[in-house]
Amino acid sequence: MNLRSGIAVLGRLVAIGALAFAANAQAQKEPIKIGAFVSATGPAAFLGDPEQKTLALYVEKINAGGGVLGRRLKLISYDSAGDAEKARTFVKRLIEEDKVDAIVGGSTTGETMAVIPLVEQAQIPFISLAGAVVVVEPVKKWVFKTPATDRMACEKIFQDMNARKISKIGLITGSGAFDKSMRAQCMAVAPKYGIDIVGDETYGAQDTDMTAQLTKLRQNAQVRAVLNCGFGAGPAIVTKNFRQIGMTVPLYQSHGVASKEFIKLAGDAANGVRLPAAALLVADTLPFNDPQKHVVLDYQHAYEARYHQDVSTFGGHAYDGLMLIVQAMKNAGTTDDAKVRDALEHIHGFIGIDGEFNFSPTDHMGLSLAAFRMLEIQNGNWTLVK
Amino acid sequence: MLARLGAARSGGLLALALAVALLPLALGNQYLYDVAILVGLNAIVCVGLNLLIGYAGQISLGHAGFFALGGYGSAILAVRYGWPPLATLPVSVGSVTLLAFLIGRPILRLKGHYLAMATLGLGVIITVVLATADRFTGGPDGMSVPPLALFGRALAGERAWYWLVGALLLACVWLALNLVESPRGRALRALHGSEVAAEMIGIDSARHKLAVFVLSAGLAAAAGGLTAHYSGFITPSQGSFLRSIELVTMVVFGGMASTFGAVVGAAVLTTLPQLLTPLKDYEMVVFGAVMMFTMIFMPRGIVPTLAALFKPRTRG
Amino acid sequence: MSAQLLQVLFAGLTAGAIYALVALGFSIIYNSSQVINFAQGEFVMIGGMATVSFLHLGLPLPLAALAAVAATTLVALALDKLAVERARNASVVTLIIITIGASILLRGLASLVWDKNIHALPAFSGDKPISVGGATLLPQSLWVLGVSLAVLAALWWFFNRTLYGKAMLATSHNRLAAQLAGISVRRVLLVSFGLSGALGALAGILVAPITFTAWDVGVMLGLKGFAAAILGGLGSGPGAVLGGLLLGLAEALAAGYVSSAYKDVIAFVIILAVLVLMPGGLLGRRAAERV
Repeated sequence: MNLRSGIAVLGRLVAIGALAFAANAQAQKEPIKIGAFVSATGPAAFLGDPEQKTLALYVEKINAGGGVLGRRLKLISYDSAGDAEKARTFVKRLIEEDKVDAIVGGSTTGETMAVIPLVEQAQIPFISLAGAVVVVEPVKKWVFKTPATDRMACEKIFQDMNARKISKIGLITGSGAFDKSMRAQCMAVAPKYGIDIVGDETYGAQDTDMTAQLTKLRQNAQVRAVLNCGFGAGPAIVTKNFRQIGMTVPLYQSHGVASKEFIKLAGDAANGVRLPAAALLVADTLPFNDPQKHVVLDYQHAYEARYHQDVSTFGGHAYDGLMLIVQAMKNAGTTDDAKVRDALEHIHGFIGIDGEFNFSPTDHMGLSLAAFRMLEIQNGNWTLVK
Repeated sequence: MLARLGAARSGGLLALALAVALLPLALGNQYLYDVAILVGLNAIVCVGLNLLIGYAGQISLGHAGFFALGGYGSAILAVRYGWPPLATLPVSVGSVTLLAFLIGRPILRLKGHYLAMATLGLGVIITVVLATADRFTGGPDGMSVPPLALFGRALAGERAWYWLVGALLLACVWLALNLVESPRGRALRALHGSEVAAEMIGIDSARHKLAVFVLSAGLAAAAGGLTAHYSGFITPSQGSFLRSIELVTMVVFGGMASTFGAVVGAAVLTTLPQLLTPLKDYEMVVFGAVMMFTMIFMPRGIVPTLAALFKPRTRG
Repeated sequence: MSAQLLQVLFAGLTAGAIYALVALGFSIIYNSSQVINFAQGEFVMIGGMATVSFLHLGLPLPLAALAAVAATTLVALALDKLAVERARNASVVTLIIITIGASILLRGLASLVWDKNIHALPAFSGDKPISVGGATLLPQSLWVLGVSLAVLAALWWFFNRTLYGKAMLATSHNRLAAQLAGISVRRVLLVSFGLSGALGALAGILVAPITFTAWDVGVMLGLKGFAAAILGGLGSGPGAVLGGLLLGLAEALAAGYVSSAYKDVIAFVIILAVLVLMPGGLLGRRAAERV
């Protein structure tokens, strides 16, 4: 081989190398697609709206900070409006057409359950934002969730009741999916805490007056506290009616009303109400050495600065979902579905809005009871119950 | 004239068959197949509903209730009682048809808005019962539904379902077209024109109305059952008032008294939300605006308005 | 009378008064055009939500309420002018679809203009419950009942004692004859929409302190109002009121004494039963059918 042909070959090799380098760089610049489906409209809109806003805000922030693994994040999100059928179609769209790398979403349990077969079949990591324990029990390989379960909420409440020496209680439950699921869980774990449910009332989804049901509970002399398994406007009306008819026993609400809105709606009647909630609601008053203080305060400031609305714990679920996926991708060093899933399963000590996450092959929810704080409303504000 | 009508009928059916056969060329992935299948399932309901609204001149604001019952019936029999899917579907559809027969007799005596209210009330009753009887139905969260199995093999995969639904849709359209042209169909149309006049020439209006009501309920239940097995999941909201309104809108939008109009209406209104997703928060506004616009400027619906544009001019 | 029964009756009458106001809105429009305005519930929603906005802007409650009623009336007039009037020759079903489209549009706009949260209005005269015979009544309930009665009286006076009101009634009985007598049917339709818009908004403002308001409260209220109007007999003002009160009472009694889970089922079963026995509703006109 003479010099000229040598240079020619070298030239071609360099050209090929340059092309390969450029192609590689091109592939590197392709964004990581995060798929999302939340109920931004419809009956669960006040779950999905803050979730949607949180996802959009933090994808932007992450990109501003350089992205993940040197790539930008791209958020593709759809509004499933609380409808399981729409959720199913949109998840199919995310998987087949948009070809996303991971999915966060499913504001309601119904929507989540409907898409589980799809993500299991497509083998794509999915973090659900739904509350019911059935999402992760039994554990499904590709499905994780961020909110603490309804069962945990019941347990936290019963713990507090034990501390106050209350053992006989009355339940009042709405007719929504969340309400019924929580009631079922509470009834299941009550014996474990020595709690006896001696009254059990229900109200309808759009009911505007619960005085009849509450009167029945008041007339039951055994009832020493009332627990409202509810979500939406109902609990606010229950709380107002509670004071209206002059009931004085302790009133507990569920984590479903963990937002400033509840206090605004129930007004003065809300004072004295206790409920389990994420630390986010008392971000300002958390002690400085609380591991969550930093994370929740940052989130609160960022969200309120951008959207001029109060934070809610539901948005926090979405924050955790997104950040966990990002963390898993960073830990795995790739966006390969199987590796990200494995990385997710091995996440320990991740401080999120909902609490400290410790996943494992048998625990795809990752939170302990400590994730819930018991809060009491005083003077129109949240306070921590010691 | 009859020959021309016949040509239009079979021409239309042929065109639909061609569309069903050739559409897969444009369906690049499972998601697009999914949308096509949903269009087909909605179209089956709409064809039946169109017979009731467009031809018999009645109204139903609760048809999603029959749809949901069909789905739940099949699901409950399969999940809670372990029946094989080939048995659950027919039994479920049959039961809903029977229910429609029993309820139809008294309420079809009502007219216009009163009938609308009665059907609306029926739909609400069905939805609330489905959401509340949680021991059977899984409550507001709904329940999982096993896939349809033919001769031991589960019918899975969008492609297989596409052909099944496509074939069933063609069968329904053929059935509807034949019904409309039959003596019974002509009796129906006479009813629509004027019930009193129809009765005077000996048409038993009550029987005919009931027959169409029951048929359309049966079709809705069948579509509901198929949808349940296809999605693998069913929730009470499938029977909701909003869903019933959606179905009526599809029929009116596409064109009342037009079987093909019902298919077109189902196609447009099922795919439109998918197309509008980039609009995000503005989707509802645009959807409502499109509905209003179309009905104001094409009050008879899409297909009849377009057909009128292409109709050959009559002589004289 | 037992305290529990009294409590249930109060709850039923309060809800019933709201249904009655919404039902009246349906009836008034139906009377002048045979159209069922499925966007009626949205008028209720806009009334409540607009008041919340005006309050935030700093207006005192009475002014905010007035402004909200005015805003809703404008929306109703726009709906008539831009949509219903243009489609006046279309079939009844088409018109229904148009109003349904309008309700979707208005809901979508509401979620953009406002937000998707639930909002409360302050009660007109405070929250302190009044004790009556062992049951408690909110002062706001008295406002609801009182204002509804006043509105009914005003409407009765309008339709029966003023020339314009009588003209509107005439149009509902026989449109052609009314036109021949020189009544502008288009104007009557416009006024009907405006009136229904105002009524809806008023209902929304009255009830928001008790039931809260949000972008999507219109759907259920519209449905119940429609049911009440039909129950009482479409086109009959007293029928709308009777239907509304009966529906409210039936719901409350069912919730209190039978089963709150199946309350809606019981209410609708009752409606169906009434319709089957009296196909024109309780006070409905038996319209002569043309051949």
